[in-house]
Amino acid sequence: MTGLRAILAALALVLALPALALPALAVQPDEILDDPVMEQRARDISAGLRCLVCRNESIDESNADLARDMRLLVRERLVEGDSNTEVLDFIVERYGEYVLLRPTTDGVNIILWVAAPVLFLIALLISFIYLRNRDKAPEPSRGALSDSEEQRLKELLKD
Amino acid sequence: MIVELGHFALILAFAVALAQAVIPLVGAHKGWRDWMVVANPMATTQFLLVAFSYAALTYAFLVSDFSVKLVVDNSHTLKPLIYKISGVWGNHEGSLLLWVLTLSLFGACAAWFGGNLPASLQARVLAVQSAITAAFIAFTIFTSNPFTRLAFPPFDGTDLNPLLQDPGLAFHPPFLYLGYVGLSMAFSFAVAALIEGRVDAAWGRWVRPWTLAAWVFLTIGIATGSWWAYYELGWGGFWFWDPVENASLMPWLFAAALLHSAIVVEKRETLKSWTILLAILGFGFSLMGTFIVRSGLLTSVHAFAMDPERGVFILMILAAFMGGALTLFALRAPVLEAKGVFSTVSRESALVINNVLLAVSSFVIFIGTMWPLVAEMLFDRVLSVGPPFFNMAFTPFIVALAMVLPIGAMLPWKRGNLARTLRPLWGLAAFSVAMGAVTWALQTGNSPLVPVGLALGLWVFLGSCADIWARTGRGDLIARLGRLTRLPRADWGKYTAHVGMGMTVFAVAALVGWESEDIRVVQIGESFDKGGYTLTLTAVERVQGANFVSTMGTIEAHRDGRLITTLHPEKRFYPIAGMPTTEAAIDYKIHRDLYITLGDPQDNGGWAVRTYIKPFANWLWFGCFLMALGGIFSLSDRRYRVAAGAAREPRNTVPAE
Repeated sequence: MTGLRAILAALALVLALPALALPALAVQPDEILDDPVMEQRARDISAGLRCLVCRNESIDESNADLARDMRLLVRERLVEGDSNTEVLDFIVERYGEYVLLRPTTDGVNIILWVAAPVLFLIALLISFIYLRNRDKAPEPSRGALSDSEEQRLKELLKD
Repeated sequence: MIVELGHFALILAFAVALAQAVIPLVGAHKGWRDWMVVANPMATTQFLLVAFSYAALTYAFLVSDFSVKLVVDNSHTLKPLIYKISGVWGNHEGSLLLWVLTLSLFGACAAWFGGNLPASLQARVLAVQSAITAAFIAFTIFTSNPFTRLAFPPFDGTDLNPLLQDPGLAFHPPFLYLGYVGLSMAFSFAVAALIEGRVDAAWGRWVRPWTLAAWVFLTIGIATGSWWAYYELGWGGFWFWDPVENASLMPWLFAAALLHSAIVVEKRETLKSWTILLAILGFGFSLMGTFIVRSGLLTSVHAFAMDPERGVFILMILAAFMGGALTLFALRAPVLEAKGVFSTVSRESALVINNVLLAVSSFVIFIGTMWPLVAEMLFDRVLSVGPPFFNMAFTPFIVALAMVLPIGAMLPWKRGNLARTLRPLWGLAAFSVAMGAVTWALQTGNSPLVPVGLALGLWVFLGSCADIWARTGRGDLIARLGRLTRLPRADWGKYTAHVGMGMTVFAVAALVGWESEDIRVVQIGESFDKGGYTLTLTAVERVQGANFVSTMGTIEAHRDGRLITTLHPEKRFYPIAGMPTTEAAIDYKIHRDLYITLGDPQDNGGWAVRTYIKPFANWLWFGCFLMALGGIFSLSDRRYRVAAGAAREPRNTVPAE
């Protein structure tokens, strides 16, 4: 059955079918660690690591063989006493920055991380200035509309 | 023969669309009335031609005409009827034709129900809309022709992707397209208004129903897609921050911003240029979504049409329409004089904050979605931006939105007094926070997620109740209750949609924060406990389906010795498509879902079984449904029926259906 599954998985990739499509029973019962705390740590780490042969799936969700290997690797490192950060460093060193679903904050990535607050502050500033000006602006006179338009508008607005 | 006729009709529609994009525009410019009004019959003709073309393709699927390449690739004689119909849009070419059909339908609606628009505005709207249709018909004909024939037709087809053979997914794309394309109407109105050089309250009133309709469709489309992912993909995830999901969420957020700012244009004749900009960007993000899905630039689950040539074509459409509209905006926006004056503390200001939050949150998603591409092209770094980033960057905006919503909703127009508005709300806020604190104290674990979600959801709910109650004015209870039933539908729409939003916030928090999971190997006949239930795997059988083989488990759930439910999780295999799928068995209850999937057989004869308790999952879908329902209530408000042409036609016609 696992053989068939591997073939199907390979087939799915070749055909460029969505990898999410495979029935997901990602974490297999035999992978689970006896220590529930450590298992939970493994799950948390896995959820942040990308399955390299899948489309936009974490290794925790994927049932690709590579994802399984990576899950086992994460658990192995944890059992050997690595901290969460050490495990992540180990995996990144091996597979590259691409595996991290949560991008780092170093280098140009800082742009990504500060984008939200900076954009928000700019937007707030602009709207504040705008609102202040609106507050002071004099009420413009009517008459931008012709009489017939006024009539039409009234007709539309009455209900 | 019918297929060729369909192809020919599409080409004719292209010719009509081109003419319709030019003639009314010239007519409106020169003031030639007959050149303007010709847009109406053209829009109808165009729609009929595209509809015929689409019907021809559907016919090919229905009769399983395997000389058509698209049918071979996406259908099979054994496939159930409903999936033969949905198979038409379950692929790139067919879905593009559906996109074109919706575009021309919206155009035709503007012709049918837009009788009381000023003639020049209507002509321009129809011309702009038709230009978009023409571009997409060209895209269909030249890069993605659905009517291609095969010289040597096979005996049978290769079947539709089994994942798409599902009722939830069958109706997810049409709704999404109605939403995406609905925003094209707002865009056309915006561009037409820029060409006219005038935006007034009437314009706001005309553009709002279209935006509302688009937003309602998007809401339903996104919710059904999310629900589908929840029950079909096998672990109950409902949102993955996949580029394609982001592509639908961005226009949704913009549409939400737009329908709020259009109220300001309508009621107060201010925020005009901002509203126009939102309308342009909203459709821009729709096009961006199409580009993301169909170019394969950002590979994702949904990308069924990865082809650089197609990507370039859509990019050209995107550049032409956005570039043109934004240039026009830059030239004309200063002309749009704002009229209404309002104080810093007012409903107008609150809606500006709403718009800022929605627009910035949408941009954050945009940056996160595009960042891997930017980083790779400009900085030579191959990296991923996944759910952890989006959750962290997006959530604060929704929290802020939920916090200000009840206050903003109750502030009066023009000039408000914050203290007075807050007076009835303090107690509700305190109560919500207290309930959140109680939840935090009672729950196991220290995660603030659910308590915060609960407090926010409750706050939005109670605030909405206070808002609608305040609308009934003063007087004794009976009089106010009486008035409650006579409030305009728009008020009920606002209430329903806001309650839906509060419910969704709470449900997402509860589902993510309180979910619990159990993975184990179970022998047939063995029992195990999960979440207060005793679950027994009584059998695993092979079952033959219409076009699949199923391995079906039977699991009985007992509680205190009483049988609660019998569940049948399945693993299906579709031999023609060569693909397996998981069919989760779900027991839906109001406070939780019991969610079970069957895994692989194990060496020792047992089966892997995954069991989840998903708290308040139904509230999520119901919250989305309420949001959509609120939109529908607003849409059915008398004012919009009047504005949309009921003046001419006294029957209660709702536009954009």
